Amino acid sequence: MVTNALASTAYDLLRWIPLIPLLAAAFNLFWGRALGRKTAGALACAAVSASFVLAFYVFWQLPADGLFRDLVYTWIDSGSFKVNLSFQVDALSAVMLLIVTGIGFLIHIYSLGYMEHDEGMVRFFIYLNLFIFFMLVLVMGDNLLTLFVGWEGVGLCSYLLIGFWYHDPNNAIAGNKAFIVNRIGDWGFILGLFLLVTELGRQGIWTLDFIELQKHAGMLNPSVIGVITLLLFIGATGKSAQIPLFVWLPDAMAGPTPVSALIHAATMVTAGVYLTARLHFLFVLAPSTLALIAWIGAATAFFAATIALTQNDIKKVLAYSTVSQLGYMFLAVGMGAFGVAIFHVFTHAFFKACLFLGSGSVIHALDGEQDMRRMGGLKAHMPTTYRTYVVATLAIAGAPFTAGFFSKDLILWQAFTHGAMALWAIGVITAGMTAFYMFRQLFMVFHGECRADAHAKAHLHESPAVMTLPLIVLAIGSIFAGWLGAPEYLWGSRWDHWLSAVFGAAEGPHGSVSTEIVVTLLTLGVVAVGIYLAYLKYGRAGSAVEQKDLAGGLLYRLSLNKYYVDEIYDYVFVRPFTACSRFFAEFIDPWVIDGTVNGVAALVRLSSQVWRGVQTGNVQHYAAGLLLGTLALLAYYLGQS
Amino acid sequence: MIPLHYYLILSAVVFAIGVIGVLVRRNLIVVLMSIELMLNAVNLTFIAFSRYLGSAVGQVAVFFVLAVAAAEAVIGLAIIISVFRQRQSLDPQDMQLLKW
Repeated sequence: MVTNALASTAYDLLRWIPLIPLLAAAFNLFWGRALGRKTAGALACAAVSASFVLAFYVFWQLPADGLFRDLVYTWIDSGSFKVNLSFQVDALSAVMLLIVTGIGFLIHIYSLGYMEHDEGMVRFFIYLNLFIFFMLVLVMGDNLLTLFVGWEGVGLCSYLLIGFWYHDPNNAIAGNKAFIVNRIGDWGFILGLFLLVTELGRQGIWTLDFIELQKHAGMLNPSVIGVITLLLFIGATGKSAQIPLFVWLPDAMAGPTPVSALIHAATMVTAGVYLTARLHFLFVLAPSTLALIAWIGAATAFFAATIALTQNDIKKVLAYSTVSQLGYMFLAVGMGAFGVAIFHVFTHAFFKACLFLGSGSVIHALDGEQDMRRMGGLKAHMPTTYRTYVVATLAIAGAPFTAGFFSKDLILWQAFTHGAMALWAIGVITAGMTAFYMFRQLFMVFHGECRADAHAKAHLHESPAVMTLPLIVLAIGSIFAGWLGAPEYLWGSRWDHWLSAVFGAAEGPHGSVSTEIVVTLLTLGVVAVGIYLAYLKYGRAGSAVEQKDLAGGLLYRLSLNKYYVDEIYDYVFVRPFTACSRFFAEFIDPWVIDGTVNGVAALVRLSSQVWRGVQTGNVQHYAAGLLLGTLALLAYYLGQS
Repeated sequence: MIPLHYYLILSAVVFAIGVIGVLVRRNLIVVLMSIELMLNAVNLTFIAFSRYLGSAVGQVAVFFVLAVAAAEAVIGLAIIISVFRQRQSLDPQDMQLLKW
């Protein structure tokens, strides 16, 4: 792929984009309690909005083929190896910046309402701001190491926020799980990073800057690139919840709902996609890795969608749908269509944030109820939430002219034109399942009889404006965000044009327009079937959910129990590992390690106990010793002569 | 005329008695007296050799020894008295604090 060197301009404003949320977090950390919950929350929102305004300004200033850089200081300077703490904004970073700060800002506003009654509201906003800071470092860092700092930082914030309600040990365990699974991914990331540095260093190039890397990527041995990209992709599977490391994301729903929306739908989980897009010049040189990524993405999309079909927890459905949509993104990455993947990141951020916040609104209204079997009929009580939820559901299902329609269709079209028919078929079937489970959820939550218990019913109310306004904005985005990337037969894509500065001009075989329309109609047909099936089973009066007829056959139970993946991991990895740890803790450590140390000490003590008897303190004994010594010397010398 | 080795044997015997007294007696005053015995055994040797060799050097040494012995006796007795005041005992076996 040929990419022109981007014109680079120094631009000191950039550092303030991540710095402002960090300052707000620090301020709230020390004076948040004194400010009071409301003011501290408002400060946090103001900080993110300031970042958003700055990001938008930078985006506005950025020429199409330009690149802003801001060198803060030199971090590591060791011989010819030099790493700067510096930020860069190109077209890709600018898009991510707008997603992170824009969606982040809406979710901050929403949290003002959602967390209003929570004791830890100040702490919550500190974490949120810190998260925004790290995410911005991640997308703005101009070298892999700075990116890695942000990468680890969002992992940390994710852990803190999942375990936010730490009084319940289950939440703390979910936080640990997210952290540990992410750590496995990070292991791959950092190994890939080391390998990249040493291999390039062997060629005499010591650098981690993306621009330099892009210039010199061609010098690497293709098989080495294959290994590097594979390791980096392991990191991406951890962060972006792909097979085999997706297990943490559904459990991450233990955190407050705005966190699920912000971290586990709109921003953090897209870090893996961002990483592959940022290093696209490496990945395109490794076709086998790309093929693997495509298959893993498609498998994850399909697999997660089948699990989502039967979940009863409102947030679990959304969690698995997130995993599934991330699978689509990696499918696009695997096709080499990085711009399309980022486009899906962009549209997905809108409708998934809208869905999560909508579900949060429902949970809030029902006083913490998350089981969809005890919902239903909320349409009448929560009209705004309902309407936005419908829009977002249509968007994720891929109804025509919504955001999800354009982005998902582009991904499937990419798979189709690359001749990957199996992947394309999986994608289309997954689209149908997506429509099914999302409409199943919509029907179970908002239609039919209200099955909530009396307490929740009494509590039922539409959420305040501070929560519904972000929903409305996101719902509007769920429709129009996709219009930027319309296919050629409509009004053409502004998106490809914008990102072509980074990824190079879109390439690959292009099918004819008529084929594209037929393929799109086929997908829409599958989606319509999915919606109709959901209506048949859950939408009508007297449907399955009302007859409590939710049990099913073997496949149903497999899906409901998530294919027992957690249990399998538990038996295959967790238990042997803990058994091994226990062996070391209960045998090796106390007996071998402690035994050696204590043994040496005991030996010394024993011998000293024997020999200290010599020192009696009695002068006469010493005199006797003196005498004996003298006699011995005397005898020795007399014997000599 | 008594031969030299008679003196030497006598002085060795007295010296050995002094050594054994120092090592085994349970009374500090007797220990001090035993030290005096050892000193005087040495004096006897000096004198005997002085007479045998016809030299005055040995007798001069004896005077030094006598002076040192007098000083030693004074200081030793003073220490013994103050120890006795402290602990109403003169047994060296009771004085074993400086150990381990």
